[in-house]
Amino acid sequence: MTSEAPIIRGMGHSVKRKEDPRFLRGKGHYIDDFKLPGMLYMDIVRSPYAHARIVNIDASKALALPGVLAVITGKDLDAAGLAWMPTLMSDKQMVLPVDRVVYQSQEVAAVIATERYIAADAITLVEVEYEPLPPVMDPHKATDPDAPLVRPDRDAKTNHIWHWEAGDAARTDEVFQNAEVVVKQDLYIPRIHVCSIETCGCIASYDKIDGKLTVYMTTQAPHAIRTVFSLVSGIPEHKIRIISPDIGGGFGGKVPVYPGYVIATVASLQTGLPVKWIEDRSENLQADSFARDYHISAELAAKKDGTMQALRVKTLADHGAFDAAANPSKFPAGLFSIITGSYDLQAAHVEVDGVYTNKPSGGVAYRCSFRVTEAVHTIERLVDTLALALSLDPADVRMKNFIPPEAFPYKSPTGWEYDSGNYPAALQKAMAKIDYAGLRREQAEKRARGELMGIGISTFTEIVGAGPSHTFDILGIKMFDSCEIRVHPTGSAIVRIGVQTQGQGHETTFAQIVAEELGLPVENITVEHGDTDTAPYGLGTYASRSTPTAGAATAVAARKIRDKAKKIAGHLLEVSPDDLEWQDHKFQVKGAPGRSVTMKDIAFAAYTNFPQDVEAGLEAVDYYDPPNLTFPFGAYICVVDIDRGTGMVKIRRFVAVDDCGNIINPMIVDGQIHGGLTMGMAPALLEAITYDEYGNIQQSNLMDYLLPTAMETPVWETDKTVTPSPHHPLGAKGVGESATVGAPPAIANAVVDALSHLGVTHLDIPITPWKVYQILEAHGAAEA
Amino acid sequence: MTTQHVQMTINGQPYAADIEPRLLLVHFIREVANLTGTHIGCDTTSCGACTVLVNGVPAKSCTLFAVQMDGAAISTVEGLEQNGALHPVQEGFFEEHGLQCGFCTPGMMMTAVAFLAQNPNPTDDEIRRAISGNLCRCTGYVNIVKSIQYAAKKQREAQTAPAAPAEPAEAIR
Repeated sequence: MTSEAPIIRGMGHSVKRKEDPRFLRGKGHYIDDFKLPGMLYMDIVRSPYAHARIVNIDASKALALPGVLAVITGKDLDAAGLAWMPTLMSDKQMVLPVDRVVYQSQEVAAVIATERYIAADAITLVEVEYEPLPPVMDPHKATDPDAPLVRPDRDAKTNHIWHWEAGDAARTDEVFQNAEVVVKQDLYIPRIHVCSIETCGCIASYDKIDGKLTVYMTTQAPHAIRTVFSLVSGIPEHKIRIISPDIGGGFGGKVPVYPGYVIATVASLQTGLPVKWIEDRSENLQADSFARDYHISAELAAKKDGTMQALRVKTLADHGAFDAAANPSKFPAGLFSIITGSYDLQAAHVEVDGVYTNKPSGGVAYRCSFRVTEAVHTIERLVDTLALALSLDPADVRMKNFIPPEAFPYKSPTGWEYDSGNYPAALQKAMAKIDYAGLRREQAEKRARGELMGIGISTFTEIVGAGPSHTFDILGIKMFDSCEIRVHPTGSAIVRIGVQTQGQGHETTFAQIVAEELGLPVENITVEHGDTDTAPYGLGTYASRSTPTAGAATAVAARKIRDKAKKIAGHLLEVSPDDLEWQDHKFQVKGAPGRSVTMKDIAFAAYTNFPQDVEAGLEAVDYYDPPNLTFPFGAYICVVDIDRGTGMVKIRRFVAVDDCGNIINPMIVDGQIHGGLTMGMAPALLEAITYDEYGNIQQSNLMDYLLPTAMETPVWETDKTVTPSPHHPLGAKGVGESATVGAPPAIANAVVDALSHLGVTHLDIPITPWKVYQILEAHGAAEA
Repeated sequence: MTTQHVQMTINGQPYAADIEPRLLLVHFIREVANLTGTHIGCDTTSCGACTVLVNGVPAKSCTLFAVQMDGAAISTVEGLEQNGALHPVQEGFFEEHGLQCGFCTPGMMMTAVAFLAQNPNPTDDEIRRAISGNLCRCTGYVNIVKSIQYAAKKQREAQTAPAAPAEPAEAIR
């Protein structure tokens, strides 16, 4: 018996995406595309005040409007014990307020109507009487003795939420005391919003006859939502089905449970009809969870020759009115302690204090693994600050301080064990690709002519793939992930995974993993996800964890199938399984490559001709608990030109050398990096959410909140090095957020570099034309 | 609520309905004609997810009333595929990985179709300017520009040699 090896297109192939044909034809199924029989529509009344007491809500005029069925208020929910819900960070959050609002645009009441337009009309008819209270808008004043209390519901009568620290304070102080050089920099990483092009929404559909609640929801973590919904509502978990359909971008913004989901569910439970809630863009920008908002004060101790020795960081974190960050439970400041970055330091100590303010809850990711962006920005700015203070080249300072390739696995001073890395190789590759030496010569010539050109470097280390269950959980649920594979008799397969795509291409890449491991053609493998009734339990897709966790589960599940397949192969070839080897995607007899069977042959036999001591069928499940996180890294170099007439920063070139270990689909990885770089450029140059002193948001639509268009976005130049993860079954690491994490300091460093001869040592992001122009004008460098 | 009669064609099919004058074109397309490929992203004409062609010209259907379209010919993403063959722009987005979550893609492609009709041999910069009213949060635009160039090339080749259109490298199922 001999069989030709099939063309499988597994690991490393730029397989075109399986999900594209439906999207290209306008046949995707996004949340607002579903229309269920009898469906009602919900719209939400929101607060005009950042902080106010609710004196009265009069819904009579709204209820008199034909088509309006109900107006739901906090008092209604309170009667059912649902006015508050738990957050992922062991805080609680108002679903609807009973007596006070704590941020502008907070949900105050919900209207249920037969039509979308009627619901929108009716919210204007709900009369709410407010008594405004002074808001806490400046986090630096949140803990002042006379500061108004944002959360009087808590036992602790303070706006301070928690203190968190990592590293060794005494050791760090000791190094600082003896340091030859100390550089210090305050940084503000502003509040931003992921602003996926699809907003959030849901359709809650409760079937009163069989008692089953189905919620179609824009969520990145359907299983965790099911469990939380069951715990909060008391509905048995097998009577709840969460379906995460096609998602129009997530980036972390679709991890939290927003009040709208819960109110729509209550409305469906009450009416027994499906209730649809779709946010509009202003609601999305004003009320959904925000990212960043870290006020950082950082110091770096070093020798005069540029050797970095210790890092000391204090941070004030503005969490808004509820601590509704989406971090693992034990990490209130996320993985901020990755802040020592790619550098071999003797000591580090990092502290974060979280405070409440009268803003929407913050601390959700913006395409970033749990506060890694804030950490990377801090250390990468500090390296440049040190280089500038010592008149050293920032590339040289980095090369001098990199954790050497032979030092991996490397234990960082804040306790992480980096799995693998080769930082000098990545930086050398980036410098060669962009001609770093040539750029420095060009810069010197231009500077002599009065032209403003800057070169910025970022050599970041990411930390993704939460996580080992001994350390990482969300509300007690350990952060494993899962895969179930069933191979059909004719040699095709269905794969179900515990993670969920929002554009990352899981339907393609997870099929490639199975193709590689089982030797089945990729086109014969279907990947399903996002439906809790069918997919195995998983924690969802965020923080670049899909490949490190569910990707590993998929490889391991496939290998379980291969182990069984080997027994069947031995039966078919009439040899002991021990005499078989897996070669060229088929089993062959050792020393007799002419005698072989493919997985297709074996699959058929698994249902028609299996040995007596083997169960029928060919399927496996794996719940993978990673032994460690993965640590992708990269070296980015950015070249900017600054217009002296406008202050406009133009990115002329941007070279990104990324290392995410072994690559499943190079085309998709490249696409992820392009997108990540753009979402790194966005907060560096354009995006920020700000408030006035009364708590009014100043960017509540896309005319004020500036997303990058194709005009500002440069032609990204990507390249790679490959340093496999030693502990991941495929040698892979996560990649979706590397570029978002790594890009902002490269851009900021380039702008500071362009202006350093004017005495500029730091600029907070976003670096807007107005900010730059003011500096140019102050230094007489602006063009009239 | 008073209603008004409106008729238009969408992708060549006639649609007529009595609708509220305030009904937005995008809601007419999505909920009266049940063509949900046209998406809503911002409500303020900023993001372009709702872009359709009105008599061949790109328009953002979230800020047009359906009654303004009486007698108009509307084209949406669902009309791009003809006789089982994808439009070169659709093919380009597939070949060059011009989409990720797919939400902005229909509007982006409609803008591209109209643009290439005006400028069949564009530079990359001209493409970037043409799509600057369509926001994409996933791709960073690099591959979208490549996708549109792919389509431009394919359309130019079809102009010069109309006989046998080249098959894409990989079947689009």
